[in-house]
Amino acid sequence: MNPHETPQPETPFTEPWQARIFALTVALNEAGHFAWADWAAVFGRHLKDTKDGAGDYWRAWAAALEEMLASQGAAGGADVAALAERWQAAAHATPHGKPILLENAGPAPEA
Amino acid sequence: MPHDHHDHDNHLDPMDARTRALETILTRKGLVDPAAVDEIIETYAEKVGPRNGAQVVARAWDEPDFADWLKRDATAAIASMGFSGRQGEHMRAVFNTPRLHNLVVCTLCSCYPWPVLGLPPVWYKSPAYRSRAVIEPRAVLREFGLELPGDVAVRVWDSTAELRYLVIPERPAGTESMSREELAALVTRESMIGTGLAKVPA
Repeated sequence: MNPHETPQPETPFTEPWQARIFALTVALNEAGHFAWADWAAVFGRHLKDTKDGAGDYWRAWAAALEEMLASQGAAGGADVAALAERWQAAAHATPHGKPILLENAGPAPEA
Repeated sequence: MPHDHHDHDNHLDPMDARTRALETILTRKGLVDPAAVDEIIETYAEKVGPRNGAQVVARAWDEPDFADWLKRDATAAIASMGFSGRQGEHMRAVFNTPRLHNLVVCTLCSCYPWPVLGLPPVWYKSPAYRSRAVIEPRAVLREFGLELPGDVAVRVWDSTAELRYLVIPERPAGTESMSREELAALVTRESMIGTGLAKVPA
């Protein structure tokens, strides 16, 4: 909580995925997929289990969004996990300095 | 994927891979537009921040009519300066006085007035601040270096998804001849949350 722990100026995101998960949530809210009050209730529940730290905060954020999307049937946990593995494979197949594209993982196993 | 010469040792953080997967699914289903996601990141990583709120405070110090408007209808008064939208739909301005100090927290999560302050600092989101600001506000303020006299009451406002607060700190003495820009430079982010005061001119 010490305000002097963080250097100024402080950026809201310390890793790109944090910005991404934040913006996905705002975009979904704006497109009408859930109300912000409903989001805050789910997120607040996930935050209860966190300790101090920006990383914990954004991990709780991501877990809350995954829970909301799974309960709405928009993105199931197993699908997310399978696709995350494909992204990891794509990263391994992409040379340093080149953008990581999902196609780099090779042909999709299904469809 | 066989471990062959195609492996370039790029490795994604598991959270990174999961977030990419989520975005891929949402994009394929047409639920989000990646360009809109990019625009949101650019806005909050670079454009919106506490300098907006500082302009609101400086104007309130400078224009009694504007301060009155802020007290009556903060949402409209702030929107008139071009600061509106996400998480600023319902704003309330709370004014510090010589007898009252206001402090803002979100005990549930991290509700915060984005249009005027940008995204919250790490400490605002921390479990310690969220729980202790309500229970022992004076101790929390001391940790921020703010020792309030005993005759100053502390009022804690708990933000919600519906209502966001902006603290209007007291105008420092010795600033009577300052321009609006000079005044705004005295207004810190902490002073608009209540964990600090406006800077005193050197």
